[in-house]
Amino acid sequence: MVEEIKTVKIRKQPETKIRKHTIVVRVQHNFGVLARITGLFAGRGYNIESLTVGKTQDPDIARITIVVEGDERVIEQIIKQLRKLIETLKVRDITDIPHIERELVLIKVHTGDEKARDEIMRLTNIFRGKIVDVSTDTYTIEVTGDSDKLEAFIELLRPFGLKDIARTGTLALIRESAKSKLQKHQVE
Amino acid sequence: MEKKRGADIVVDCLLAEGVDTVFGLPGGAIMEVYDALFNAPLKNILTRQEIAASHMADGYARATGKVGVVLATSGPGATNLVTGLATAFMDSIPMVAITGQVPTSYIGTDAFQEADVTGITRPVTKHNFLVTDIKDLPMIMRQAFYIARTGRPGPVLVDIPKDITQQYSECYIPTDEEVKASLPGYNPHYEGNIVQIKKAAELIRQAKRPVLYVGGGVNLAGANKELLELAELTRIPVTTTNMGKGAFPETHPLALHMLGMHGTYYANMAVYNSDLLISVGSRFDDRVTGKIQEFAPEAKIIHIDIDPASISKNIVVDVPIVGDVKIVLKKLLKELQKKPVEWVKARESWLKQIEKWKEEHPLIYEKSDKVIKPQYVIEEIYNVTKGDAIISAGVGQHQMWAAMFYKYSYPRQFLNSGGLGTMGFGFPAAIGAKMGRPDKEVIAIEGDGSFIMNIQDIATAVQYRVPIKVAIINNEFLGMVRQWQQFFYDNRYSSVCLSVQPDFVKLAESFGAVGLRATKPSEVKEVLQKAMSINDRPVIMDFVVDREENVLPMVPAGKSYKEMILTPRQKGEADTMYLVG
Repeated sequence: MVEEIKTVKIRKQPETKIRKHTIVVRVQHNFGVLARITGLFAGRGYNIESLTVGKTQDPDIARITIVVEGDERVIEQIIKQLRKLIETLKVRDITDIPHIERELVLIKVHTGDEKARDEIMRLTNIFRGKIVDVSTDTYTIEVTGDSDKLEAFIELLRPFGLKDIARTGTLALIRESAKSKLQKHQVE
Repeated sequence: MEKKRGADIVVDCLLAEGVDTVFGLPGGAIMEVYDALFNAPLKNILTRQEIAASHMADGYARATGKVGVVLATSGPGATNLVTGLATAFMDSIPMVAITGQVPTSYIGTDAFQEADVTGITRPVTKHNFLVTDIKDLPMIMRQAFYIARTGRPGPVLVDIPKDITQQYSECYIPTDEEVKASLPGYNPHYEGNIVQIKKAAELIRQAKRPVLYVGGGVNLAGANKELLELAELTRIPVTTTNMGKGAFPETHPLALHMLGMHGTYYANMAVYNSDLLISVGSRFDDRVTGKIQEFAPEAKIIHIDIDPASISKNIVVDVPIVGDVKIVLKKLLKELQKKPVEWVKARESWLKQIEKWKEEHPLIYEKSDKVIKPQYVIEEIYNVTKGDAIISAGVGQHQMWAAMFYKYSYPRQFLNSGGLGTMGFGFPAAIGAKMGRPDKEVIAIEGDGSFIMNIQDIATAVQYRVPIKVAIINNEFLGMVRQWQQFFYDNRYSSVCLSVQPDFVKLAESFGAVGLRATKPSEVKEVLQKAMSINDRPVIMDFVVDREENVLPMVPAGKSYKEMILTPRQKGEADTMYLVG
């Protein structure tokens, strides 16, 4: 006779850690396709950190860049659910592939006295930003970079008094060098 | 090319797909399509409620494997379909819903009977379309059917504004290749990765305590022969989910019957103690696994499924195989047959252990000659139909008894809302099933609570003379909720008593159906035999059963199999078994 399991045993599940992932999705640029994607995230309880969408060189295809936080299993499930959508052409988690990430932010900040104005200009220069609009008591600054850089810049401006912020969300493209390496790897 | 009216294009496309029956109810926005259906060579079934129409199309699809078609008008007609679409979606049933929409120029104006139907149905359909140009209509219709029946099947909705059904255009019906080419992002995998299949074969050879855990996917793929061959070749016992019923003959010595919340003791113990679990077309639903951390704690898992998203969703598996289960099982068999199968001898002690569990903890109930036991009704239905009828069920206690006490032997024999758990499903699904399979006896096993949710459609069954039989397991309760209240809410019976109810016999008669009733065990057989002799209209049988009978065994929600509740007799504590008849 087979020994029956008497004690309570626990099924081993692999441990995973939560981190931020950048997922790039190419979709047929149809009516309602963005609603399908955002609906999928909302309906299954995944939190989107940022989502950007735009046409590609082919006007019938749109590219969506999604930044989302989760453990490996959640991310795997998100990718599978995205692939399941009929209008999805390609889904790729590029987090661990060398890539360029950029985001643009417009910040309207209170300028106060001349000392503050000088300091803000200095910071803007360091971050390679541009002052794109000026009023008697505000500057509007444009900065691009990855999310960490923008966060750092915003934190430096916070003491001056932030009036408004508009961010585009993250855009990402895989580095061409990484791409050729990947392809080579796939061939092998 | 000759120009055709949009509505006629819709009907042409239905005929091109081989549709022979549609279910629905007309209204303003879909009138043009109903006009085109007036002389069309297909059965156009007028139902009394759109939800019933959706379940009929679903039942038709479940019983035949063909795509079920349902029609509804805009606004409330379409919103009434939502539950039916969600029901089909959860159980992967191929369906196409065609809904009327307000004219294009009115969309977004809160027009009369306007609703954002593609928005509302997006999460409960495999895909949906809003037709905005009549030129797209033939392609969209073809895409809808193609998407519904391929890959992991599911419902697809096509929303057509009224002006589009009225316009004229050339109608070119695209070829299969053109349809495929138009959907570049939709490429279901059917073949299965051979490396993974080889790995699976090796695990099967090494396993000492393997179990096959089979779901609805085997029914959908028609892979029952391959499954039987695999089980017999490898001597691996088979447990099925509720949706997997019929995929493996339940009279077979290797059958463990259902697993999970209301699974048999021996199925659950076999899974719990297994060292290899081969999941075929099933999705590790919470009603199957119970507490996921303690589900088959020592087993390696092979998971064969057409939907990659089902794999490692609830439980991380060791060997995932994405593909059509029929194709994958064939390849797996071939792989296993390459080497001699002496290793199956090592299975004998495992099979003996399972036999012992079966003997010590059989699936039985307390019998009575004073009050009708619901399980007894199901057993008698099995006897009187010689196990050959298609059974559909509503949702609740009666559904579980129908799953436990009727022994299924062929695919698509047991139709029920396994995933969504939609009350009211069984009766309209039976009407649809009978229309698709007139050669089979079709019996709806319904609860009194479930049946009344779609009772209006007795009229449809009478109008089209659909000779189905409805067996109401009448305990004047929402029985499953009552059972939970008894077990987990200290007998506080909150909002479950349904003792105010129609006289089902008179009700049946008032519709023009036949009504029969049994109140004593001795009347059950007689009522069933009488019902079986009637073949020109529906028969409604009211079985007044033991009010507080419970569905057991039961693994409470979120608990481990080890915490299964059994009756004393199921525990093996009673020394004699009471036999009826």
